[in-house]
Amino acid sequence: MTGSLNDLRVIELCDEAGAWAGKLLADMGADVIKVEPPRGSIVRSYPPFYHDEPHPDRSLAFWNYNTSKRGVTIDLEQAAGREVFRNLVASADMLIEDQAPDRMAAWGLDYTDLAPTHPGLIMVSITPFGRSGPRSEEQATDLTLLAGGGPVWSCGYDDHTLAPVRGHGNQGYLTASNWAVATALIALLHRDFTGEGQHLDVNMHAAQNVTTEAASYTWLVAKQTVQRQTGRHASVVPSGDVQVIAGDGRYVTTGFAPRRPAQIAMILEWLHTLGIKEQFDQWPLLEVGAHLNHDITIAAIEEGGEDAMIFGAVRAALLFIAQHITAYEFFVGTQSRDMQCGLINAPDDVIDDPHMRERGFAVEVAHPELGRSFIYPGAPYHLPASPWRISRRAPLLGEHTDEVLSEIGVSTVERQQLREAGVV
Amino acid sequence: MPDKALSRIRITDFSGVLAGAGASRILAAFGAQVIRVENPANKGAWDPLRASAPYIDERRGHNFGGGWQNHNVEKLGVTLNLATPKGRELFPRLVAISDIVAENFAAGVLARLGFAYEQLQSIKPDIIYLSNCGFGHWGPYEQFKTWGPIVQAFSGLTYTSGLPDRAPAGWGYSYMDHGGAYFGAIAMLAALHHRHKTGEGQHIDLATTEAASTLMGTHILDYTVNGRRTRNEHGVDSNRGEALMAPHNIYAANGEDEWVAIACRDDAEWRALAGEIGKRAEDPRFTMLEGRLAHRDDLEALVGIWTADQNKFAVQRRLQALGIPAAAVQRPEERVDKDPNTAAWGLWPQVHHNEMGKVRVDGIPVHASATDWEIKRGAPLLGQHNYEVYGGLLGMSDGEIAALTAEGVL
Repeated sequence: MTGSLNDLRVIELCDEAGAWAGKLLADMGADVIKVEPPRGSIVRSYPPFYHDEPHPDRSLAFWNYNTSKRGVTIDLEQAAGREVFRNLVASADMLIEDQAPDRMAAWGLDYTDLAPTHPGLIMVSITPFGRSGPRSEEQATDLTLLAGGGPVWSCGYDDHTLAPVRGHGNQGYLTASNWAVATALIALLHRDFTGEGQHLDVNMHAAQNVTTEAASYTWLVAKQTVQRQTGRHASVVPSGDVQVIAGDGRYVTTGFAPRRPAQIAMILEWLHTLGIKEQFDQWPLLEVGAHLNHDITIAAIEEGGEDAMIFGAVRAALLFIAQHITAYEFFVGTQSRDMQCGLINAPDDVIDDPHMRERGFAVEVAHPELGRSFIYPGAPYHLPASPWRISRRAPLLGEHTDEVLSEIGVSTVERQQLREAGVV
Repeated sequence: MPDKALSRIRITDFSGVLAGAGASRILAAFGAQVIRVENPANKGAWDPLRASAPYIDERRGHNFGGGWQNHNVEKLGVTLNLATPKGRELFPRLVAISDIVAENFAAGVLARLGFAYEQLQSIKPDIIYLSNCGFGHWGPYEQFKTWGPIVQAFSGLTYTSGLPDRAPAGWGYSYMDHGGAYFGAIAMLAALHHRHKTGEGQHIDLATTEAASTLMGTHILDYTVNGRRTRNEHGVDSNRGEALMAPHNIYAANGEDEWVAIACRDDAEWRALAGEIGKRAEDPRFTMLEGRLAHRDDLEALVGIWTADQNKFAVQRRLQALGIPAAAVQRPEERVDKDPNTAAWGLWPQVHHNEMGKVRVDGIPVHASATDWEIKRGAPLLGQHNYEVYGGLLGMSDGEIAALTAEGVL
């Protein structure tokens, strides 16, 4: 069995902003050909490196974002390079690029240049502020996109003298790439039905703006502004703490504490089992809560009153329990008691987690040039009839130039000439 | 001839909150017919957003949840009580005319109602079934339950968001509810393409903890390849981040809780910024990236002093004029009402909701040249489209629908 997109060829002209989009398509079976300048994508220079040795083929960031792709180098500053690129696109179903807004047109490689001879082409352009219009000339990085686009306003600490926080991992680029892929697949279905291609203009700033959950709609609906809080939802009305250091020094989060009497009874029983019930001075409120004839509602919590006090005691009890056991024990202990609490893992903890191991989240990817295999994060979704799969590690610089050019009819002699001229 | 990209696609959709409802919302904006199915017995209260703040005015109740309305625009709304025998007889008729059945219940809920994938498949052989939950439909944590913050905590997104020597700040909202929606939409669309080629449906098992963990790939590789763990005694500084850039941070600007983000991608951009700062920035330690990284505390302090008495948008304009990435940390009201980019994009379309009236909602950050999105119709009231769907699509008479409504089936 092969991936859902095994009939698809994609040309990817992306650095850090759009490479994730190419990876998602490639891991779903598309033949994604990554086009890099002869010096290589800038991501090849990003740490960390394999064994901490800087080398274009050893950037773990590049490895992460470029699985299952083939790689070619083409110098698009040269006319001969642009001709090769045009022929490459002619062989493909989709072109994804994250160049500056005017770059493709300057090269004569924009949608209006390519579509007349390739009406089925789906071209996806990922730019900071969209291809045209106000602010399209502005420069951006992941940090500035998240800052200007909304997420940063909602993230940080109760103490507002501390800077608000931008989450790690180039999430702004990933968010934009997720939108690029979702809409590219919509365009693909339209083409499946009609044969018609089209151009998609992905605005990264806009993508952040619609990835802020309640921050946007609280303003749109009620003209209210949410305020950031440590480890929990930014909100108009402040909420109580949810994070605490467990007995082993790791953090846990209670999330939104339970509101059903049966759950409250289980917390009491748990306190009792751990032998710490009497030390928790709000236990009488839990007794009341365990015997309520109704669930505590969100509205009741907002209003204050007895239900709100009980809810406060429930939250405090969970934080209290956490301090007496390990983070993992707290996670499993709450979840097995039907409470939605969590432990705050570092990203690498996930690879060793028993559930993730059993589900096969860790996948092995061979690096023949190093004589080794490494564990990579696996599937974001399971499609059993058309499985997700990392088909190969990220391409070495120019690894498939010969192979791909030969497939589109560039002869051995022509390839030699292109190489000597520094075009490929 | 349908004029929208997905006009041929119909989804019977139990998906709620944002992680589920957000996925079908994207397809609906591009023309898919999404039939949101809710339980009349509890007035759709399974989805806590249906009656929750924010509210447009003083009115409350299941038709006034502001978030619910945002996440369910362009959908049809029907009621159906699957706990009743007649409800369970009726549901297969919806499945039979659908391309996708989607839900984000806890694992196993739909199966216990008698509608596991195998049953859905026996009703419609090429059905695509999306189940979306925190830990997936099998494995040791199968019965564990999550929502956005728990998914983020489990996957490393919370730990890696923060300032050094402090608790994790985490994401101040359900970032992974958006993530669940995006990955859910992608998976449904890929499955539709696969079905178009092969005629084959399938059961998509989406575990949002797995999806979230893929967003932390480079950190994971640093562990599996180099043995380096992200966890350390000082925690992370995600504003300085992983990039080889310095300065790269969020700085206080003039005013209360006003901030501006600045990133210098290379030595030339630093020189340009230093030129603005003036004499204090003429420090040979900062000329090259290596020096700026080695003396990062001093460098960031210097930039912070320079921004502290300036308006955040003035800093943004001043540095953008030099080609340096800089952005004011925008409040919701600033990016929604005053940002020329979001306005020109049409990012906040106005819909009409039958009770709330005119409301603006999140738009789509992608424009498509041939089949662009459209968001005009507000979210459905509870059971708003019962007659349109059960009558118009399934051919039931008004009398039948009224009787089933009276019996509590609809």
